Amino acid sequence: MTATPLPKIAANSTAAPTWTRRLRSIIFSQEGILAIGIILLLVVMSLGFERFRAPRNLLDIFQANAYIAVAAVGMSILIISGNIDISVGSLVGVLAILSGTMVTSGFPAWVSWIVPIIVGGIVGAVNGFFVAYLRIPSIVVTLGMSSILKGSLIIVLGGTTIYNMPTDFFLAQQAWLGIPSPIWFMIIATVVGALWMRYSATGRAIYAVGGNAEAARLSGINSQRTTMTAFIINGVMVGICSVMYATQFNSIQASVPPGLELQVITSAVVGGVSILGGTGTVIGSTLATILLRAILSSMVFLSVSPYWLKSVQGVLILVTVLVDILRRRRVNRQ
Amino acid sequence: MAVSETSTPSALAGQNLLGRFFRKEVVLFIILVVGVLLLSTQTDKFLTVDNILNQGRLLTEVMLLALPMTYIIITGGIDLSVGSILGLTAITLGYTWQNLGLPLEVAIVVAIAIATLAGFVNGLFIVRLGVPPLIMTLATLALYRGLAEGISQARSVRGYPEWFFELGQRNLLGIPTQLWIAVISVIIAGIVLSRTTFGRSLYAIGNNELGARFSGIPVNRYKLLIYTFSGFMAGIAGWIFVSRVSTTRSDMGTGLELDVVAAVVLGGTSIFGGSGTIVGTVIGAVLIQLLKNGLALSGVKGDATIVVIGIVLIGSILINNFIQRRSGQTT
Repeated sequence: MTATPLPKIAANSTAAPTWTRRLRSIIFSQEGILAIGIILLLVVMSLGFERFRAPRNLLDIFQANAYIAVAAVGMSILIISGNIDISVGSLVGVLAILSGTMVTSGFPAWVSWIVPIIVGGIVGAVNGFFVAYLRIPSIVVTLGMSSILKGSLIIVLGGTTIYNMPTDFFLAQQAWLGIPSPIWFMIIATVVGALWMRYSATGRAIYAVGGNAEAARLSGINSQRTTMTAFIINGVMVGICSVMYATQFNSIQASVPPGLELQVITSAVVGGVSILGGTGTVIGSTLATILLRAILSSMVFLSVSPYWLKSVQGVLILVTVLVDILRRRRVNRQ
Repeated sequence: MAVSETSTPSALAGQNLLGRFFRKEVVLFIILVVGVLLLSTQTDKFLTVDNILNQGRLLTEVMLLALPMTYIIITGGIDLSVGSILGLTAITLGYTWQNLGLPLEVAIVVAIAIATLAGFVNGLFIVRLGVPPLIMTLATLALYRGLAEGISQARSVRGYPEWFFELGQRNLLGIPTQLWIAVISVIIAGIVLSRTTFGRSLYAIGNNELGARFSGIPVNRYKLLIYTFSGFMAGIAGWIFVSRVSTTRSDMGTGLELDVVAAVVLGGTSIFGGSGTIVGTVIGAVLIQLLKNGLALSGVKGDATIVVIGIVLIGSILINNFIQRRSGQTT
């Protein structure tokens, strides 16, 4: 009985030319909807406001939140593996100050960029160890880690500000081939992340573990090592994000950037990763980060108070999740 | 059948005794006592009646929020929006009183009603549309805070009449007024959880939601109820908060959800659902507050005390896991 509708579907789908089907699946994917959203918003706003379409403003939309996009790539990978990290904000606070302290105490700039990234990876490994081998839920581990990092930052530095960094330290203020470096970092992190998740064995294993840990284990995947890997990658991405954050302005405050983890998780979720694990891509999270910045920029031009931005974020998450649920229901019904 | 083969009755009784002694609440209580003793040797300002009562005053908001959070986490859910609902309550209270000109009594009622509605909306989406609680309350964490910021435009409200501070800054029968509310709420919440069909059903939902459904428990209604309850308690806590600090700002309660979750999880409630007690939650909340205070008095800088909370949180779960694994080996 259950077999009878199957040939019908197969016949239907072969009837349509494959390229239109593929186009449709791209357009109606989460990434497609986000990309269309960004383009529509940019076009409409550019037609309406001359200063909106100024290259400087358009560049700012892609550049200003690039560091969030880099962290969101790591967060997406982590959420796909079925975990979450709510210590991102605290870790960025610690690593940014580490980077600044190193360069002002005489280390060469490149060392002060590399070390925070390595430390980020180590913190990720510690989180991953607690989750994978000691079986404590990631939300609890990273909640604890967040307190530890934030507290240590206050104990050691207590709200000081670092100035007088050498000029070659400001990585995020550089531009290569006429394009600001944060945009490069965002593009490279996204493309490498997307390819790695799609084609590498570990990337596929992360999807498998997030989708169904037991099935993944039975098919020979070492789920503990896979979880560790996801956490380490996330830590490294947060490290890169921290260096971009630390080098964008001429001073670094020893404090935790407020609400950063929420912005990063929002980008990942609006980008289409399911919080239940197993689905989503890192391209979506980058597009979501850009869209959020474009919305903020539009609000400024439409004289809407930026104090409403958080409400918009909340509504965006809700809409994304609802669309996802409706889409799944339709698939299930078919 | 298989159990009788693996262990003799006497061995089983021994395990039971050991297991009962090392219950999570007992372990926590021992940590609490040791911590208090250690801290009281560091400074003589710590273990005084005045200080302890004052800590109770500061503790009330987290305690009130931790009660519904215990219910919610027992069912396998979570509510990250409580801090934002608290902020929205505070702003609604200040805004309706100062900008809309309502009497303050009415403004309080309206604010708590809005908070309850906010919790109800969480529950409705979670129950009717099947949105995972983590995502739903993450979205409303942003949404409710955004509404508070949008309505207030980051302007604070001050100048409340003197009687309004009765709740947050004065004493009743020698004990901080709001502490009475906390104590009464704790007792009611504890009895409801351990002695009523509703309370026991929450454990069933957390252990096996589908099984609970099939055995006739109105799962959806109960879940809707606890998220609404969470909103209501966030409203009460918001009212107390404004009364305690004399002013209204839109960033009130930011990050409070993490303190609350930490207290509940520290109190032995499993984040996977199915187990936990109000007693544990109370000890967890008290432990956090006293550690913070004791360390601050011993000269540790302000918010730095949260380091210890992080370590205690992870450490207590590790100890619990270890004990469970050892006592679980024979069964």
